[in-house]
Amino acid sequence: MNNEEFKIYLHSLLPEAVFVETGEFLEIQIASDKLFPFLENIKISENTSFDYLFCLTCIDRIDKFEMVYHLLSKTHKHILVVKSIISDYQNPETETVCNLWKTAEFHEREVFDLFGIKFKNHPDLRRIFLDDNWNGYPLRKNYIDPNMIEL
Amino acid sequence: MKSVILYSLSGFSTYIHNLLSSNIGNNLILLITELTIIGITLLISLVLLCFFLGWMERRVAAFMELRLGPNRVGPQGTLQIVADTVKLLFKEGLTPSKSDKFLFNLAPFIVVVAAMMAIAPLAFAKNFSIFDINIGVLYVSSVSSLSVLGVLMAGWSSYNKYSLLGAMRSGAQIVSYELSVGLSLIAIVVLSGNTSLGEIINSQQNGWWIFKGHIPAIIAFVIFIIASTAEINRAPFDLAEADQELTGGFNTEYSGMKFAMFLLAEYINLFVVSAMGATLFLGGWMPFHIGNWESFNQIMDYIPSFVWFMGKTFLIIFIIMWFRWTFPRLRVDQLLKLEWKYLLPISMINIILITLIAIMGWHF
Amino acid sequence: MRGLIEEDYTTKEGEFVINIGPQHPSTHGVLHLKVWLNGETIIKIQPHLGYIHRSIEKMSERLSYRNFIFATSRMDYLAAHINNEACALAVEKGLQIEATPRAKVVRTILSELTRLSSHQLWWASTGLDLGAVTPFFYAFREREAILDIMDETCGARLTQNYMVPGGLMNDIHPNFQKRTKEVLKQIKEKFKEYDDILTGNVIFINRTKGVGYLSKEDALSYGVTGPTARASGLSCDIRKWAPYSAYPSVDFEEILDTEGDSYSRYLIRMKEMKQSVSIIEQLIDNIPEGDFQEKTKNVIKLPKGEFYQRVETPRGELGVYIVSEGMSSPYRIKYRSPNFSNLSVLPTIAKGYKIGDLVAIMATIDLVIPDIDR
Repeated sequence: MNNEEFKIYLHSLLPEAVFVETGEFLEIQIASDKLFPFLENIKISENTSFDYLFCLTCIDRIDKFEMVYHLLSKTHKHILVVKSIISDYQNPETETVCNLWKTAEFHEREVFDLFGIKFKNHPDLRRIFLDDNWNGYPLRKNYIDPNMIEL
Repeated sequence: MKSVILYSLSGFSTYIHNLLSSNIGNNLILLITELTIIGITLLISLVLLCFFLGWMERRVAAFMELRLGPNRVGPQGTLQIVADTVKLLFKEGLTPSKSDKFLFNLAPFIVVVAAMMAIAPLAFAKNFSIFDINIGVLYVSSVSSLSVLGVLMAGWSSYNKYSLLGAMRSGAQIVSYELSVGLSLIAIVVLSGNTSLGEIINSQQNGWWIFKGHIPAIIAFVIFIIASTAEINRAPFDLAEADQELTGGFNTEYSGMKFAMFLLAEYINLFVVSAMGATLFLGGWMPFHIGNWESFNQIMDYIPSFVWFMGKTFLIIFIIMWFRWTFPRLRVDQLLKLEWKYLLPISMINIILITLIAIMGWHF
Repeated sequence: MRGLIEEDYTTKEGEFVINIGPQHPSTHGVLHLKVWLNGETIIKIQPHLGYIHRSIEKMSERLSYRNFIFATSRMDYLAAHINNEACALAVEKGLQIEATPRAKVVRTILSELTRLSSHQLWWASTGLDLGAVTPFFYAFREREAILDIMDETCGARLTQNYMVPGGLMNDIHPNFQKRTKEVLKQIKEKFKEYDDILTGNVIFINRTKGVGYLSKEDALSYGVTGPTARASGLSCDIRKWAPYSAYPSVDFEEILDTEGDSYSRYLIRMKEMKQSVSIIEQLIDNIPEGDFQEKTKNVIKLPKGEFYQRVETPRGELGVYIVSEGMSSPYRIKYRSPNFSNLSVLPTIAKGYKIGDLVAIMATIDLVIPDIDR
């Protein structure tokens, strides 16, 4: 499948998805409630079989969060970037993808630790790097370190 | 014996005995004085021996590892180990707050005392041993197994899970390897028909048992080296300490002089084991003789018996050190498998062969 | 103190918990594993991270595109070059420039030298973890020679900062080619010694063979990369999947094995060392003349967008994800570190083995803790 066919196929899976083609990889933006069924679909489906999640992270866009999933298929050798927008900035929540790719367990814990996004159904959602009693989420743009000294 | 003994330690000890007995009339006081002298001499020489072994181990390790080893303190770095001992002496002897303090403090002494007791029947030179007891082989093998008590105590009383794991490993290990050590010692007892170390050495006048006993004796020797390396907890069988797994095992919580005593015991054990190997298989202080080569044998006799004994002992010590610096460590189940599935059956069959050789008189 | 609130120390009958680390000889740093044991058998492992978390990602948001690269030398300190190269490539991707041909070849040579030295340290510490002390010094003999080359050309032995956007910081030292060839000759001679002392040792084979089996499915699902995954038959060499620098012009094969145990991971790395030597040999005589650096502006500003660069470090796939808002420093930067994913599989593959095996498994996964914590 080349990029165009691939796009058409993905479009048929999720008609409301928005494609972004500025970057290096094909990028697709979907709402966070549609995320899990879509990811499950493209992981299991023979046509796409995205079996390798090589990066999972989050971006703080001041008023919303963007979850970024970098997916790769070892059989078809294509890469897809899936972005899901979490619009609730105060109480960000999204579905975990742990049971699709086990590597997400640690990566989601990292995102929870540094961004404070709660992953529903995550088996072991604890802080991974910081103290359990740490205040705030450091990678958020509005985080102010109480101990920081401005030079 | 027609051979000429140039440097005889027995002459020296007899001289001291005569000197003392001419001055001290009372037999009891004489005995106590002599025992004290022996005790102090033994302690000093053992500590010196351990200094030397510590230095030797570092130099051997350095030699294998493309390094120089200690070479700054004293000539060729010989005083480095003294400096380290002084450092250990000045270190605070920490005791974990929840430990069983009595056992915790007792354990190093038990280990050291058990190691030192095994020195008694060893013949360091011709007619020169502390107490040539007539059951010498049995005595050494039973006394050396006491050290497991100290190790178990140390591990249990430390209140540390690493220590406990190490002690349990050590217990299983020493108890099982004792069997193979014992059986390989028995092989020589069967061949020589004697349990006194002095008699065993005398029986090797015309050749060492490792040569006289054919292949079974060599097998017994190899098993003895392997099993005794395991019995004294040295690499590749140092599972009780296992730095990389148990961070020091049974001696994790020990510091300062108490830790140094474990080291002391390790080196004394190393010496005892090697000396036993040298005595039983390589003829102890007996020079190397070949059949009727009279002139060759005479030249060999010129070398003092003490040098022969030490030479053989240190050869075995070197081999055991060689193991330590080249082999990886076994896993605990592999360790027990090696003993119960390989070494023990082999030594049992070997004992039968040895007995056959002894009964039929096939040995030289 | 971290993690003392509501700690899970629940055990079943006959089990107990020991804390391996954060200061333990075989964790190679400050990894903390909470291990549930039944006797010597491992029931469960829970890694505790963050003892060396320096929030490099947060720091980078305030650093310029020239400066954030140098923080990455402190992530995987055994492969500082390759980390820097990944960042430099990502920034170049944003600037839509390419390094000069000379810089590309030198980058590749240095990356492979880094891989060699990193694998040598790994080999040294694997021996050490399994109780053989001598290999450590054997490996350091060659590693020192490589570090001397680094010292001469890059000005640092461990945390080199030699890669900049557009190429290299300086031209290579005049001795570079000569000394590299000498070192390669020496290393090739010494490979036999490596095999003699460890690879063929019966105890070593017994300790590693069949220990810590990692299936291909698990490797893929846990995102395991590098030699650890390739030992399970998972093709994941970024040098082949997404070639960068001078790798497209080099002739080499991805090394794969199907066993998936510790010994196979060991063999893969041993083969990779030989492969690195061959890659350097192909390139060392063919360094093109020319500039060592492409002209870039003093203050680099990346256009708005997202740039992702994957490279192959000695431990697996490193991803650098830069989100730019058109400023002179990144809006968000994410390092997908290979060790982080490789560590996540440890609790799965070490289950049911002995505590001595855990050491062997950790050694052959080859974890570098600062790269996990970042």
